[in-house]
Amino acid sequence: MEIITSIKPLLIISVSLIAVLLIAASRKYPNLRESWTILAAITKFSLVVSMLPLILKGKVIEYFLISVLPGLDIKFRVDAFGIFFALTSSFLWIINSFYSIGYMRALKEHAQTRFYICFAIALSATMGIAFSANLFTLFVFYEMLTLCTYPLVIHKETPEAIKGGKRYLTYLLGTSIGFQLFAIFLTYNAAGTLEFSNNGILAGNGSALLLTIIFILFIAGIGKGALMPFHSWLPAAMVAPTPVSALLHAVAVVKAGVFTIIKIVLFVFGVDLASQLGLGHGLAYFASFTIIASSIMALRQDNLKLRLAYSTISQLSYIILGVALLSPDAITGGIMHIIIHAFGKITLFFTAGAIYVATHKTKISELNGIGKQMPFTMTAFTIASLSMIGIPPAAGFISKWYLVLGSIEAHQMPIVIVIMASTILNACYFFNSICSIL
Amino acid sequence: MNISQHFPVFVIIIPLISAVIIPLVGRIRRIYGWYVSIAATFSSLLLSISLLRTVFEKGRISYWLGNWEPPWGIEYVVDYLSGFVLVVISFITFIITLYSMKSVGKEIPEDKITSFYSIYMFFVAGLLGMIITGDIFNLYVFIEISSLAGYALIAVGRKRDALIASYNYLILGTIAATFILLGIGYLYMVTGTLNMADLRERLPLLYDSTVVRTAFAFFSVGLSIKIALFPLHIWLPNAYTHAPSVVGALQAATATKVGIYVMIRIMFTVFKPRFILEVVPVSQMFLYLSAVAIIAGSVLAIGQKDIRRMLAYSSIGQIGYIVFGIALANKLSIIGSLIHILNHALMKGGLFLVVGSIVYKTGITNIDDLKGLGKKMPFSMAAFTIGAFSMVGVPLTVGFVSKWYLALGALQAGKWVFVLVILISSLLSAIYFGRVINNIYFKDDGGGHTTKIDDAPAGMLVPTLTLASCCIIFGIAAFIPVYITRFAAEMLLGG
Repeated sequence: MEIITSIKPLLIISVSLIAVLLIAASRKYPNLRESWTILAAITKFSLVVSMLPLILKGKVIEYFLISVLPGLDIKFRVDAFGIFFALTSSFLWIINSFYSIGYMRALKEHAQTRFYICFAIALSATMGIAFSANLFTLFVFYEMLTLCTYPLVIHKETPEAIKGGKRYLTYLLGTSIGFQLFAIFLTYNAAGTLEFSNNGILAGNGSALLLTIIFILFIAGIGKGALMPFHSWLPAAMVAPTPVSALLHAVAVVKAGVFTIIKIVLFVFGVDLASQLGLGHGLAYFASFTIIASSIMALRQDNLKLRLAYSTISQLSYIILGVALLSPDAITGGIMHIIIHAFGKITLFFTAGAIYVATHKTKISELNGIGKQMPFTMTAFTIASLSMIGIPPAAGFISKWYLVLGSIEAHQMPIVIVIMASTILNACYFFNSICSIL
Repeated sequence: MNISQHFPVFVIIIPLISAVIIPLVGRIRRIYGWYVSIAATFSSLLLSISLLRTVFEKGRISYWLGNWEPPWGIEYVVDYLSGFVLVVISFITFIITLYSMKSVGKEIPEDKITSFYSIYMFFVAGLLGMIITGDIFNLYVFIEISSLAGYALIAVGRKRDALIASYNYLILGTIAATFILLGIGYLYMVTGTLNMADLRERLPLLYDSTVVRTAFAFFSVGLSIKIALFPLHIWLPNAYTHAPSVVGALQAATATKVGIYVMIRIMFTVFKPRFILEVVPVSQMFLYLSAVAIIAGSVLAIGQKDIRRMLAYSSIGQIGYIVFGIALANKLSIIGSLIHILNHALMKGGLFLVVGSIVYKTGITNIDDLKGLGKKMPFSMAAFTIGAFSMVGVPLTVGFVSKWYLALGALQAGKWVFVLVILISSLLSAIYFGRVINNIYFKDDGGGHTTKIDDAPAGMLVPTLTLASCCIIFGIAAFIPVYITRFAAEMLLGG
């Protein structure tokens, strides 16, 4: 594996941080301010794309920034998995930026400068997570993402928003400091390094009990993955303006969570160690439970955004499930589901936002017949729903196909049943929404 | 005769002399008192830096006061540890002195300003003397100089409560000093020497003696009161709350730190690590006490309405951190403790300075009344946010570095339960700082402050922002202080 040193990862992260300064400087001129966002989004995406050819040739791009302490480096490494996540998020940021402008202006929202600033920082943090070469770098950007999305969640500053924000921070900061940081301490103490490695770094560095504890602490510590019982921050975050829910709480933040889980399973523990200790199976059952339970909860929601949030929780667990099965097909399915779910869910949130801007309605039961007033929006909604359910030719089918193949490969028939059952549940709540809207 | 040979004594002499000069020049114009203070603290800072450099080039500096050979004469010692703490304390005092002019002008009656600065310099001289001296009785003298000055500084506070707070502190501080003096007396009784290095040589033979053990017990209790180790902390919250803002910042950032430094000196230099770890395992006692202090300080901070009182309780928790690392007594944990002396001084000093600016501009100290200040005092509030993040231990701030070393030290000692203590207290501090930040940025004041408020004047803002940016600089370039403290930790454990 050839390693190329390039400053591009750092540039990609700093693009939106520079944009923050420009946005703040031009806060009096809304048009200029928004054009900085768009410009940053496009620059960021093109920079990510420009790295693509090298990565596709099987090379790895690295950039070492600074060593904070011996063993604690800020270092970036772009590999296929990371660039995949970065591509998805940076591309969707472009689209989302246009949408945000429309949404925020149509609703004449207050504190728009703060909104765009926090949004840009969030994207920097996301890229940082995607390109991190070790657990420390990942943790830095993970916390940054939590903190900079908080002002977005409580954007409305109503008591309800503050309450949601409190829950958001409690869950995300609580789990990351209480469990994830503890796991990082234990990992460093056991392995003497925090660097991601293809074979994992923990193998042979501790008793089975210790390693299992570290694994559990990591999984519990990555609240952004919204694995039950640490999921309830995500519905709480739905008080945020819809563009935030769309890009951050359907793509960037939650995917950063599952991305971190995947990194830890594959590059801190390694496939061999994880299957040897039976950690994968344990995780798979947790994910299965989350899939079923949150699908049932989604069915019971009347608020459209909340229903989508619970649907996100269950779809995230598909991804976690894919990795937990530790078979090649399942991992492929899981990773593919990151992008497929991203496109599907952001569409659904966009439509929810469009409905809100046009009618100021949020409840599904109030939306009867809106399909006739907003035919394009509802077409998009239907297509995205089909993908979520996994009906061919929509993309959702492909990832589910791989997941099922993978679980058969891993001889996990119960998991196949879980996927089937959840597909039925998905179908129930999406058809139910579509029917009541049309 | 090279002048630089006398730097160790200049560090003390300059503030002492300026304490006497200030009342004189203050008669001409009041502002001169401030100028002299700045000049004195700045030269102490430069001297400290130069001393630390000399230590790195040539090793331990031993200065014989009046050229009397120790152990008969008084010896001043600059090594990695005292050099480091000297630089930290003189840097913080310099920054706080820079900041002080406007705040002192507003909070202290005009006719008292000159005497305030005079006492202020006595306080600083006492602290620097405690750090540099290698003689245990001389240490006591400096403890009393800084303490007496400290009581007076607190008593200058505007409200009558300040007098009560100062009196409480005076009573407890005197008890503490008496304990320390008794400890010194006992040691002198059995060894016949007051020189620290000499004591270190002679004491091991006497570790079984009841007198030596009693002396150590006296030191432990006396110093625990001085550093406000829970449950001997009761003097601290009132003292920090009712003192003038500048004094609150100075006390929080320097006084308790130097107390802990003295504790380290007694535990590791006068006695050997073997004594506290094996002969009389007091380290165990301090370990559990500090864990209780960490949690209790944070829990008590959550309930506070006054922001200064909240910061004071938070300090009690942070003192617990430093004692915790010392009590673990392995290399990583001691690095953690020493670096936390710097880090906590930076962040708590910065936070108290911001509170001072708020008081200067608005007179508010109640947390609920801080609503909407984020827009009105953007720079001060940014400094507060950085300090708060640092206290919580967000990575790339100094708070994270301390916690990293303390937690690794605990793991290395196989005491992973204490890692939980550190993490829980981080979460608790996230709660009480989160509440303040929420008020500052995300809540409307509902048109409460009708008068227009803008940010603090540059003279206050620059020192505040300096401390805040140090929180980030030393959080990212953490290898610099770690490099120095590593030598200090090796010295403490090794020799």
